[in-house]
Amino acid sequence: MDLSFSAEDRAFQDEVRGWLADNLPAHISDAVRSGGELTKPMMEEWHALLNSRGWLAVTWPVEFGGPGWTPVQKHIFEEECCRAYAPRIVPFGLNMLGPVLIKFGTRAQQEYYLPRILDGTDWWCQGYSEPGAGSDLASLKTRAVRDGDEYVINGQKTWTTLGQHANKIFCLVRTDPDVKQQEGISFVLVDLDTPGIEMRPIRLIEGGHEVNEVFFTDVRVPVANLVGEENKGWTIAKYLLTHERTGIAGVGFSMQALEEVKALARKVRRGSGRLIDEPLFAARIAQAEIDLEAMKITNLRMLFKAQEQGAPGPETSILKIKGTVIHQELKDLARRALGPAAAPFPGHVSDGNMMFGPEDTAHNAARYFNNRKTSIFGGSNEIQRNILTKTMLEL
Amino acid sequence: MDFNLTDDRRMLADTLARYLADKYTIEHRNEVAYEMPCHDPAKWDELADLGALYALAPEDAGGFGGTGFDISVVFEALGRALCPEPVLAALLSSRLLGAAGADQEALLTGGTKYAAALSELDAPYDIAGISCAAEARGDGHVLSGRKTAVYGAQVADVLLVAARLDGKVALFEVQAGDAQVVGYAMIDGGGAAEVLLDDTSARLLIADAAAAIEAALNAGIVALCAEAVGAMEVAHDTTLDYLRQRKQFGVPIGKFQVLQHRAVDMLTEIEQSRSITIKAAAELDGPQATRFAAMAKNMIGRAARLVAEEAIQMHGGIAMTWEYPVSHYAKRLVMLDHQLGDTDYHLAKVMAGNAAA
Repeated sequence: MDLSFSAEDRAFQDEVRGWLADNLPAHISDAVRSGGELTKPMMEEWHALLNSRGWLAVTWPVEFGGPGWTPVQKHIFEEECCRAYAPRIVPFGLNMLGPVLIKFGTRAQQEYYLPRILDGTDWWCQGYSEPGAGSDLASLKTRAVRDGDEYVINGQKTWTTLGQHANKIFCLVRTDPDVKQQEGISFVLVDLDTPGIEMRPIRLIEGGHEVNEVFFTDVRVPVANLVGEENKGWTIAKYLLTHERTGIAGVGFSMQALEEVKALARKVRRGSGRLIDEPLFAARIAQAEIDLEAMKITNLRMLFKAQEQGAPGPETSILKIKGTVIHQELKDLARRALGPAAAPFPGHVSDGNMMFGPEDTAHNAARYFNNRKTSIFGGSNEIQRNILTKTMLEL
Repeated sequence: MDFNLTDDRRMLADTLARYLADKYTIEHRNEVAYEMPCHDPAKWDELADLGALYALAPEDAGGFGGTGFDISVVFEALGRALCPEPVLAALLSSRLLGAAGADQEALLTGGTKYAAALSELDAPYDIAGISCAAEARGDGHVLSGRKTAVYGAQVADVLLVAARLDGKVALFEVQAGDAQVVGYAMIDGGGAAEVLLDDTSARLLIADAAAAIEAALNAGIVALCAEAVGAMEVAHDTTLDYLRQRKQFGVPIGKFQVLQHRAVDMLTEIEQSRSITIKAAAELDGPQATRFAAMAKNMIGRAARLVAEEAIQMHGGIAMTWEYPVSHYAKRLVMLDHQLGDTDYHLAKVMAGNAAA
C-alpha cells in the first residue's frame, strides 16, 4: 500500500503544473473560473496550445501523435488542468472519434482524419442519441440505405453537444432493420455541409445553447465514410463508451467546486457570523468533502487496477454514479450559499457581481441547473447501475 | 502508487482469514459472544499465537507492524468473522503503553489483557470533557469516578484510565482487581464493562495524555473502519446470494430492478468505505491523522447503517431472526457507530477544521 505518486510521476506533475502556469492564457482561465460559457475561439486557442506541446490527444498512442501517457499520468494531467482552471478538452474528436479510428479505421481514414483533429481543421460532434433512443441506444432508427457507392441517410439525432461549432458528425445509423437491434447498426462519418442536414439549437434549462438536434433528409454520404464493417457499429459504440470513461469521476472538477464553495462560505455573511459557521450548511460541505475524499481514493484504486490490467473495468461505473452525485451536491451548495443573490439571470445584471461581493458567483444558479445533466448523459446513473448489476453483482 | 498489500500483510491476512473461517464459525461466535466472558479464552490465545496482537505494535514496541495498514488487515479479518475477541482493547492499550514508553510484551503475547477506560457517561467521545478525578496520595495516586462502555474490561487484568489531574487529562494504570468492574455483553456481541473508581489506587503513566489518547483513538478508529468494511462485504455478499436464490412471483428476486439498484448502491458505499479507510490508515502516523480518521468514521457510520438496514430489508423476515447470520452482522454494523465517536461527532470535527482553515 502506497498512496503517493512515484518520483517519476511527481516530476511529471511538476512539469505539467509549470507548463500550465506559463502557457494557460489568463483570459481563458478567467472565463472558466467565472462559470460562463467558453467561446469557440477560446477552445480553439487552448487546443492549439496543447497541440503545440504534444499534450492534446492524451488518449492516443505515440505513433498517432499522442503523448503515450500511463493512466496515472493522464489522471495527473486532468487534475492539474482543473487546478489551473483550464478548459475541459472538447472530447468528440480527440477522446471519442480518435481512439475509434485508431482501433477500427482504415489506414486512409487515419491518415486523413487524425491530423485534422489535432490541428483543429475538423471539429467533430456526436450523432448517437435520438428522440426515441436514449438509454436504449440500440433502438436507434436513423436509417442509412445503400445506393451504389453512397448511403442515403434519413432520420434525426439529438443532444448533439457543441454541434453549432462542428463541421463533421460521427453517427450511429441503422443499415439493417431486419436483424437483432445491435446487429444492424453502422458507424459513419458525415460532413455537416452535405445537402439535407439541418441543425437546430436546443435551449437548455438555464438558457444556454450547448446542445442541438440534427435532421437528416436524403443525405448522401460516400460508403468510404463507413468506419469498420457495415452492421458492426455497435461494437464501436461500446468501445467508444469505455473511452468516454477516462476521467469519468471528475474528481478534479469536484475539488475545484469544493474549494469554491468553501471560499464562498467563508466570505458570505449571515447575521453577525459567516456562512461556514452555520452548522447546517457547514455540515453539508463537510459531508460532501468526506465523500469526495473517499472518491479520490476510489478513483486512484481503479486507476491502479487499470494500469495493472491494461484497461478500466466495469467498476468504473461506480465512479460515474458517485462522481456526478458529489459534483451536483457541491453545485447545489454553491447556489444555496448565495441566498437571494443567486436570483439574477446571468447577463441581466450589467455587472455580474453587483448583487453580491464575492467574485465569480454570477453563474452559480445556472451552473447548478446545467449540471443536472451529468447524472443523465454518458449512460444515465440508472444505466450505470444496470451495468454494475450485470458485471459486478451477477444477479 | 500501489494498492496491493505487501507479501507479509497478505500472508497475515490469509492466515487470520483461514483460522477464523475454520475455528470461529458464526455458530461458535454466537455461542460465546453474548454470554460472559463474551469471548473464547482458548481462541484468544490462538489468535495471539498467530500474531494478531504483535501485528498491532511497531517493532520498537516489540511488535512487527503497527502501521495503519497492519491494523486494517487484522481488523478487516476480524470483521468478516464478526469476531468478538477484545482486540480493540488491546490495540488502544498498546498505543497508550507505547506513548508512555512502557513495556508491552505481556499485552502482545495475549497473556495479560488490558482495556482502555476513556469514555464517560457525560463525555462519551470527547476526552476534553473527562471528569474522573485523580489526586496524588502517598507515593502514588488515587482515582474516583465512573468510566463507561470500557471495551474488553469485562475480562481485563489491567485498566488504562484517563482521569483529570491538575486540570490536565492524565493516564493511569489501575489493576482491574482494585476497581469495581461491572461487566456485560453488548447487544452486538462481545463484552464491555462499567468501571467504578472510588479512591482506587493508580500508577501515573502520562501526566499530560491528551495527545497520546487522541493518537490511540485514531488507531482505534482505523481498526473499527476496517472491521466495518470486512463485515459490510460479508453482509453484502450474503444479500446477493439471497437475491439469487430466493424466488417470489416465480423468479429470483434479484431479477427485480428495484432490488438490483439498491444492491449496487450498497456496493458503491462499501467501495467508498474501503477507500476512506485506506486513506485514514495511510495518514495514521501523519499530522492530519485526526482529520482523516474523523472523515473515515463519519463515512463508515453512514455506510454501515445503510448496508445493515438494506441487508435486512432485502432479505425480508429471515434477517430478523437470531438464527440467520445477517442479523448479527447488521447489529455489529449499526453499533460500531457508538464506538469512539459517531457520524455526527466526527462530522462536527471535520466542520470545525473547515471553519478554522
